[in-house]
Amino acid sequence: MEGLTLSEAEQRYYCDLFSYCDTESTKKVASNGRVLELFRAAQLPNDVVMQIMEQCGATRLGYFGRSQFYIALKLVAVAQSGLPLRVESLNTVKDLPLPRFAMTKNEQESRHAALYPSDADNSASYSGVIPPPPGRIQVKKGSVSHDAVQQRTSTDQQESTSPVVSPQQSPPTSPHTWRKHSRHPSGGNNERPLAGPGPFWAPFSEAQPGSSTSSDPIWSGHSPPPHQENWVSFADTPPTSALLAMHPASVQDQTTVRTVASATTTNEIRRQSSSYDDPWKITDEQRQYYVNQFKTIQPDLNGFIPGSAAKEFFTKSKLPILELSHIWELSDFDKDGALTLDEFCAAFHLVVARKNGYDLPQKLPESLMPKLIDLEDSTEVGEQTGEVGYSSSPAEAPPSKSPSMPSLNQTWPELNQSSEDTAIVHPVPIRMTPSKIHMQEMELKRTGSDHANPTSPLLVKPPDLPEENKISSSVKFTPGNTVRQQQAGVVAYPPAVPPRPQPSQGAGPHVHRPVDAEGLIAHTSTSPQQIPEQPNFADFSQFEAFAVSGVNKEEDDEIETHSEVLQVEKPPDSASSLRVAKADGRIEDKAPANVPSSGKGTTPLAPPPKPIRRRLKSEDELRPEAEEHTQKTGVIAAVLASQPSIPRSVGKDKKAIQASIRRNKETNTVLARLNSELQQQLKDVLEERISLEVQLEQLRPFSHL
Amino acid sequence: MAVCIAVIAKENYPLYIRSVPTENELKFHYTVHTSLDVVDEKISAMGKALVDQRELYLGLLYPTEDYKVYGYVTNSRVKFVMVVDSSNTALRDNEIRSMFRKLHNSYTDIMCNPFYNPGDRIHSRAFDSMVNSMMMQVC
Repeated sequence: MEGLTLSEAEQRYYCDLFSYCDTESTKKVASNGRVLELFRAAQLPNDVVMQIMEQCGATRLGYFGRSQFYIALKLVAVAQSGLPLRVESLNTVKDLPLPRFAMTKNEQESRHAALYPSDADNSASYSGVIPPPPGRIQVKKGSVSHDAVQQRTSTDQQESTSPVVSPQQSPPTSPHTWRKHSRHPSGGNNERPLAGPGPFWAPFSEAQPGSSTSSDPIWSGHSPPPHQENWVSFADTPPTSALLAMHPASVQDQTTVRTVASATTTNEIRRQSSSYDDPWKITDEQRQYYVNQFKTIQPDLNGFIPGSAAKEFFTKSKLPILELSHIWELSDFDKDGALTLDEFCAAFHLVVARKNGYDLPQKLPESLMPKLIDLEDSTEVGEQTGEVGYSSSPAEAPPSKSPSMPSLNQTWPELNQSSEDTAIVHPVPIRMTPSKIHMQEMELKRTGSDHANPTSPLLVKPPDLPEENKISSSVKFTPGNTVRQQQAGVVAYPPAVPPRPQPSQGAGPHVHRPVDAEGLIAHTSTSPQQIPEQPNFADFSQFEAFAVSGVNKEEDDEIETHSEVLQVEKPPDSASSLRVAKADGRIEDKAPANVPSSGKGTTPLAPPPKPIRRRLKSEDELRPEAEEHTQKTGVIAAVLASQPSIPRSVGKDKKAIQASIRRNKETNTVLARLNSELQQQLKDVLEERISLEVQLEQLRPFSHL
Repeated sequence: MAVCIAVIAKENYPLYIRSVPTENELKFHYTVHTSLDVVDEKISAMGKALVDQRELYLGLLYPTEDYKVYGYVTNSRVKFVMVVDSSNTALRDNEIRSMFRKLHNSYTDIMCNPFYNPGDRIHSRAFDSMVNSMMMQVC
């Protein structure tokens, strides 16, 4: 800091202020809270205060050392006198009035009590609040008195004699008052006693009316004496009686100003006291300051400050590296080598505290802990560690998947209504490896050919049913397992994986919950009409499972070879391809007439039952599903067209999620439709059963007879 | 419970060494120093090509009458050496492994601190407290 020359009065005044702010009695550092409160009491606009803080070097250092404090006070005086804030003005501006700070009565009392315990006698003549300031002012003036204490006591008399050294006086008669300062101090002192701590300062400013003419109004505002009577009593022979005249007027202003100031200061005091109750609590202005500092390093408030930048920043605080290291350990809550806004504020606060003499705690105080539960933080963390977030969510997804699977199965039929089942198929070509596509194509061809020969009657089906059931039952588990595994892999892709596999399996819905014997039971318990369908589903899953399992491995490799894009989406791709494969198989089976234009290849997994199944399906499901499939094909094309764009888009994750959501919805509708169809078939079967029972009843009387 | 825990840098100078105070610390320092040879031997035995498969936990380096010495090396060739009292037979291998894992985690936390320059002595209080928790509780 440039050399700061202070007059003796200034010196004294600043020293007192410093001791007032030196709540920790460190004799070296003024606590930030008190300083800020002081500055607020100076009634300067906030930006001016910030400017002052910057210029005095406190912002750089992060704390108020004695020199910084003095410079700050001088700058406050400069600002209050209306001069531009310049560091050079500190020394160039002569006769600067002392900075004025409005204080509340309580504060004044406390301050006075604290600072002037020995001056109780002085206050005796007043409301008890009046400090010895008169004497002090005189001392501060320095021009007259040398011995502050003696002056203090001696000037009491003078105080009584020289009533009004109101500030206003100074400007107009600055030359006179300046010379008369020695005498006026008493007047000023009078004011001080009247105003208490506030006056305490005000008189000081008066004491140096000096060059600041514009400070008159301010001074008047600050001129203490609410105790008008005192003034009156003191009315003496001040050089300018005008002061007296002005004073009453100013008194009112002062009172008003004072009340306003007192209100603010009391609030500040309260806040400050509360902050002192919890020494680690960050006050609002501190927080704002920290946030501003954060912005200088990292404009995005939701972003991180990298460790190196933080290191540079905090090294400027001149704390030893060891302590900075410890502060970092305390504040870097998630141990990631970077500071979020909360962590930064905590670290900064610890630095400030350390500068003020506080010892660093062993562990982070609660008030400084970053709120990890905040949604913003969680989202931030999610953004910052996107992959981590994803990796964690997949971990959670799997457990939730299994319970959600049944529900997903329920929702699938709804997708059918959107008649976008084909959409499910379409993504496959894009995402799947050529082999898989080929496999699907082959399947499709087979299905097409099979559909071409829907000659086998239903009767053919029943004999196959047991086979199929067996096959399905046997196969169910394997596909189920593979599917499960794939699902697990798919799970790794947070957004859409879980539902995806289901739809395809959902097609054979309940077959596929292979692990659930219910599927089997369902199969066996279903009516003949349903059985054919279900085995169809089962077979679908079989094929799909085989295809998938057979192809998956290749698929993975090929997917990797495809492109990085595909690789990125590999889990989703495999999942989606899985699903698509299954969906494809299902759809293909269901849509005999629907030969996907994509011409996906399929491995020759189609077992013989497939054609039969298809035929059966054609009987039962083709009708309702014919429209679906036709629609689906259309949709598939559309989806296919849209699919390629998804992986390549920048926000591919989002789009992928949306795409998967779309697919899921489609599968949902498909399954919903299937469900409705099955329900219809169930009703039919029940009707048949009822009719049979009726017939039995009719026959029974005969038997009874 | 360990009797002595040491963190050795890649260049085989100590970053951190802490012993149970009642014992003759110099003895432990010497033990740790001689154990470094065994560590290097184990590392080199695995071969450079097998770095990926190299086990971080080296296991028992050598036992003596009074104590056993365990070693652990990180991928950056920072070595953790732990001296354990032989009389403490209840200490299983898994426990030793978990202790080394904790050490490694704390070490990485220190590394994340931008104010820590790799190669400096470790002065972290968090690390100290963690090591203290692992040391033998001697009155």
